[in-house]
Parts: sequence; C-alpha cells; structure tokens
Amino acid sequence: MLVAEELDTPLDRVRVQLDDARPELLFNQLTGSSNSVRSLYDPVRHTAAAARARIVRAAAKQWGLGASNLTVRQGAVVAPDGRTASYGSLSAAAAALDLGSLVVTPKKESEHTLVGKPTSRIDARALVTGRQVFTLDLDVPGAKPCMVRRPPTINGTVKSVNNGAAVRAMPGVLDVITIDTGVAVVAETFGQALDGKEALDVTWGAGTVDALSDGGIKTKLKAATPSLDVLGLLVKKVEGEFDFAFASHAPLETNSAVADVREDRAEVWSGLKSPIVAQAAIAKAVGLPVSKVKVHVVQSGGSFGRRLFYDAALEAAVVSKKSGRPVRLMWSRFDDMRHGRMRPATHHRVRATYEAGQVLTFQHQVAAVETDFRHGLGDAITAAAAGLPSGIGNAILAQTLFLTTVKSPYNFGVTTQTLTEVPIKMHTGSWRSVYSANTRGAEEIIVDELAAKLGKDPVLFRREFLKTARQRAVLDKVTAEGDWGRDLPAGWAQGVAFHDEYKACTACLVEIDATDPKKPRVTKAVIAADVGRVINPRGLEAQLLGGLTDAISTTLRAGLHIDEGLPLEGSYSQFHYARQKDSPRDVNIFVIEGADEPGGAGELGVPAAVGAVANAYARATGTKPRSFPVNFDVDFTPFPR
Amino acid sequence: MPSHTFTVNGETVTVDAPDDLPLLWALRDLLGIRGPKYGCGIDVCKACTSHLDGEAVRPCVVPVAEAAGREVTTVEGLADGDELHPVQEAWLEQDVAQCGYCQPGQIMAAVALLKRTRNPTDADIDEIANVCRCGTYFRIREAIKSAAAKMA
Ligand code: FES
Ligand code: FES
Repeated sequence: MLVAEELDTPLDRVRVQLDDARPELLFNQLTGSSNSVRSLYDPVRHTAAAARARIVRAAAKQWGLGASNLTVRQGAVVAPDGRTASYGSLSAAAAALDLGSLVVTPKKESEHTLVGKPTSRIDARALVTGRQVFTLDLDVPGAKPCMVRRPPTINGTVKSVNNGAAVRAMPGVLDVITIDTGVAVVAETFGQALDGKEALDVTWGAGTVDALSDGGIKTKLKAATPSLDVLGLLVKKVEGEFDFAFASHAPLETNSAVADVREDRAEVWSGLKSPIVAQAAIAKAVGLPVSKVKVHVVQSGGSFGRRLFYDAALEAAVVSKKSGRPVRLMWSRFDDMRHGRMRPATHHRVRATYEAGQVLTFQHQVAAVETDFRHGLGDAITAAAAGLPSGIGNAILAQTLFLTTVKSPYNFGVTTQTLTEVPIKMHTGSWRSVYSANTRGAEEIIVDELAAKLGKDPVLFRREFLKTARQRAVLDKVTAEGDWGRDLPAGWAQGVAFHDEYKACTACLVEIDATDPKKPRVTKAVIAADVGRVINPRGLEAQLLGGLTDAISTTLRAGLHIDEGLPLEGSYSQFHYARQKDSPRDVNIFVIEGADEPGGAGELGVPAAVGAVANAYARATGTKPRSFPVNFDVDFTPFPR
Repeated sequence: MPSHTFTVNGETVTVDAPDDLPLLWALRDLLGIRGPKYGCGIDVCKACTSHLDGEAVRPCVVPVAEAAGREVTTVEGLADGDELHPVQEAWLEQDVAQCGYCQPGQIMAAVALLKRTRNPTDADIDEIANVCRCGTYFRIREAIKSAAAKMA
C-alpha cells in the first residue's frame, strides 16, 4: 500500500515478494517485535518516492519537458499535451539516469488516498482457492517426504536405532537417518514416513529436563521471584501472586522445510522470520560457505514468534546432505507441540499501596523461564540495547525487550517492574506479546482489585490514573460502545482492561457467560486502538481480532503441562486453543486514527484482552483468578511418548 | 500394490497405494493436490476438510481405499473456472484469511454446513470445529452469514 501510494499506481500492480536470506542486511531482515510497519514505513516511502522521481525525470528527458510539468496517474506519467508513458516503459531509462544524490520527499500524509483505507489482503484469492503455496506445497523436483522420530523427553538423544533395516524395508520407505534431534525417515509419501517413524525402535539418551515437571518449575520460579519491599504494618495494600502456564505457539502449519543439499551448494525453503541467522547455521551444519547456501523465505501458516527459530530448515538440510537427495521435512503435530517452542511459564508478585484515594507505589516482580532470543531481535530492539557491538547476550536482549514493552500506563506513584529469568534448558521462544501478555495481564487484574478496594468503578478508576488524553480516549470508546455497566444475568459479567506498547494503545471490554465456571464463554468483545498513523485499518482489525482469540485461549483453557521432561499435550484436542464455539458471536473493533508515526500492532491486542477476560471472569464468578489458564485440568489421556 | 480409482474435482484419477494410506497423502503426495492441509493427522484440527460425495470428511483419517468409485472435492474444485463459489466470495469480502493455512478446511466445512442448512444459526456455526490458530473466528462467522444471504 505504501508503494502504491507513493507511485500513484493501482494496488494490484504492486507485487511484494519475500526475499531470500540476505546477509548484507545484517540483522535487519527480521519479522518480530511488532516491527514491520514501524521499521518499514519511512524507508519504503522514501524508496518508492525516489523511484517515482526517477521515472518522472526519465519521461521528462524523453519528451524534452521539465519534470515539474509532468503528472502521474494510474502507473503512468502524463504530459500536459496528454501523452502518456507507462512506468514499465520508462523503468530502464529511469534506472540508468545519473541524478547525483537525488533527494526526495515522500507525499505529505494529508495527500494519502490509499494509505489509511480499509484494504483486503492482496493474496486473499490465492488463500481461498487453495492456490497459496506453503512450504510443503512447493514442487521441488525429487524432494521426498521426511518425518523425524523424536525422543521421549525434551532434548533427549539417540543412543541406537535397533531396527533400522526392518524400517528401511517397509513399503515406500527410502532411508533412515540419525540426526542430532532424532531419527529421520524418508519415504514416498508422508503417510509412509509417519508409519516408518512410528515403527522405529530407538534407545534414547537422557534429555535436559527429564526430572522436571510443572511443580518443580513453579518452585524454581517462585524461589527466583524477588520479594516485594518490606512494608510497615499499617500500609494499605492490594497484592497478588500469579502463575501462567507454558503455551505452545501451535501454528496450524507444523514446523516444515524443504532442502536440497549437494556437494557444492545447498538450497532451503521454509517459513522463516530470521533467515540470515538460519542461513549461517545451515551453512555451518552442512559444511558449506554461506555464499553457497540459498535460503528462500516462504509464506508460512502462522508463527506467533515460532518461526524465529529455524529448526526444521536445519534438520531438512542435514537429512538431505546425509541422504543424498532433496527432502520435504514435516513435523507431526505431536512433535510440534511437545518438542516445539513454547511461551515460558512465569510467576508474578504484584503489589500496589494506597492511601486517601491515591496509589503510592506499584511493584511487580516477574520470574520467567528464560526466553531463547538467540535469533537476535533485529535492529529495533538491539539498537535500543544501547551501543553494544556484536555478541549481545540473551540476558541483555531479554531485559531490553521487557523494559521496552512492559510499562505501566498509570500514574501509580513509584512504579517498579523487574524481570528475573531462570535458565532451564527447554525450547522456549517469544510468543506474541512476549512478556507483556502475562505481565500486563496480571497488572490489569490488580488494577481491578485496587479499584474495588478504593470503592471505585474499574473504568472510572482507570480513567483517573491513565497518563494521557490519548489513552483515555481509547478507554472511553470501549466503555461507550460496549455499554459499560449494563445489566447482565447472574453468572455473566463485563471486564475491561488497557494496554500501551510500541507507541500504540488499546482498550478491551468483554462480556463473559461464566454460569458454569468450568465452561466460560466470552460472548462479546469491544476493542478500541490508537496505533498512531494507520496504514490499513482492515489489517489492523485482523491483528486485534487475533490477539483477542489468543487471550481468550490462554486465559481460560489453553496451556501446556510439563510432566517429567515433556509436555503432555500433543494436539489441539488437548491444548485447548479456542474454536468457533469458544469465541464471541459479537465483536466490534474501533480504530482511532492517531496523528503520529505508525506504532506496532501485531502484539498489542493480547495483554489488554487477557486482562479484560480475566477481570470479567473474576466478576462473573466472584473469584480472584491467580493461575492461568483458569481451567487447566488434564482432561485427556496423553498420547504415548 | 492395490490401485484405487475415484474422481477428484470432476476428474477421474487412479493411484497405486496401500489400502490404508490416508486419502490426504494420496491427494497431496501422489496426485499433487495440495489445497487440503495437514494440521494434526487425527481428525482434530480439520485443516484437511474436503468432501466425499458432497459430505465433509477429514481425508487424514479416510483410507484411500474408501474413496474408490466415489467423488472427492477439495477446495480447488469449488470455483467454477474463474467464478468463485459464493462462500469463497464471502471470504474475500470479509477479508477472513490471516495466514490462510486453515482456510481451505474452513471454507469446505462452511460449504457443507450451508448444504445442510440454508440459514445457519449461530449455534450451527459454533459446531464447526475447525481450528484457526490465527483466531479469525468472528470473520468466519460473518462470512458464513453473508454467504448464506447470497445463496438464499
Ligand atoms: S489434518 Fe486432518 S483433521 Fe487435522
Ligand atoms: S488463518 Fe491462520 S490458521 Fe486460520
């Protein structure tokens, strides 16, 4: 849209492609931290404006006219006498022009005619006709299906394969190969690769957390959470300790990759959010220079942070090299949930003190199982880590990201928020909203409890303490549109919450039917957001809708139980991500047009929705929820390991 | 190896495969029909939803032998040339898809629902159990309602 706007060309004439890994871009080829629009808004507009200036000058030269006499319309340059020349016909001449150091200014935002208009996805047609090509839909000649048998515990090792020959002799099976993470079976179809991997008899070595289960992890987290300040006996306070379970990223397309590795070169295809890092790791693993490894980025079937990691691409490359043939490697859903990445479990101590209607202090100590950031976080965050040259450590990235995203939007006196990471060798990773979903979610619950203690309405209380008019406008929007305070039957309630991050803010109001507290359903949601300048309101609304569904899921039912070194959950029948029957029948999303630069919105929606859902549940059931998801029984028979 | 003949999206095809090979892999790996997606392999996520003789099924749990002599429709067979099915049209209007991976299955489930009932209630729509990990449920609901109106 930004390109079409600057070039004054129809949107359907602009094609956007995912580029291969380009190491010369250093770490700036990364999808994460809600950075896409924020990091591309200016560069894309300037680049497109420069292209337009060149095209216009090329036409001026061709026609012997002054560039200022020419206009552009629908992808063509137009002369005062009506002559036109398409951009395409001018592009070669435009590229060859010597314009010295051309300085261009993008259009004024007030002149935008496309940017800011609700616009549908340009790939929507491919997506609804089944023509969109995901990684495993690619036709790479000769690439054979491959699946990996994985150990019974996280990071377990292969000691020996006891029936390799028998599995090799199974129908359709082409090869059996041991790799670092398990034993790969290559076959004619995925059905046969799956049968082969199931039939394998492997002796496994220990993993890294074999002795660990949820209880032990919780104990470690609790022990690592710094105590709250010691208070005098008479200080009035509201406090809470919270736990959030691990959560699988569970993108619908499981981890997958295609690889064709030869003696002297390699080619890999996968959905990747950090392709440069992936390329370097693959080159090292297959013993080739980086320049001989082509890494193609394929549009993926969901990520939510998962595809910052490139494990499938790495495995596919190693199997292809060892097997001497191209392979299409796919993780089973069981493995994707059990050996995939997850949002770390966290423990929280939150406390607010107050006196005479004023909040004096707000303190929040968070302990989290360490999040793996070894993929880097791109320039946006790493630059904020302040003048650190190479080799920024995981801990520094974690603290930087925590401090960037977790901020209290309220005037709550002396406010302190700290993060303590507990290193446990599991497959963790950034999960949409990273720290702020749990951290700000827990804070919004305490805000409600604080309001109750002070005898104030949750909305009025927030209004009073929010820092800016912009924030209050967003809150006011949901309370007006959501008819805050309306009468509801017993067992039903409204809940509200607010969040501010990446130069954007949002409020969420939900209604919940918790007549059966074991089977609550969010029936209605009203969301408002001010993300500064909006490029595409339709896309923004989609992001907020996704964030809402994530929040409903992880607050009410979706989490992973760790049991002796492995998640128990192995599919969506057990990891209860919301379905249609769990999501509201009525959703209204309001975009409040802000004047400033665009903020980030990919992750914005989750924390406020977590708070709103939890607060609604608390009010409907008269409980104080402290452990999430609130309904988290092992209501299934786990699959065998 | 046994061979199985059936029609897919109006064309007769024959595949050589063990009887119990799930239809999903016969379609994707042997016939190159890749609209139906794998998401779980055990009839849980519903991403592979396609039609067998007009009824919604999950080919990840249908043995290929069961398709013999029958009519399989995948998302690729829904449109009539360039003319999209009203459900697909509604999906475009509501801009439903995010990553899009679940949407072939969602659309096939919606088409089957609208075949069963021309005016689905919210409760009917709730019964579609297809997972959308991007959380597009509300837009799916709106799209089904608008498709129903179009097809009335
Ligand atoms: S892949 Fe068929 S239902 Fe999930
Ligand atoms: S659109 Fe991504 S899973 Fe549904």
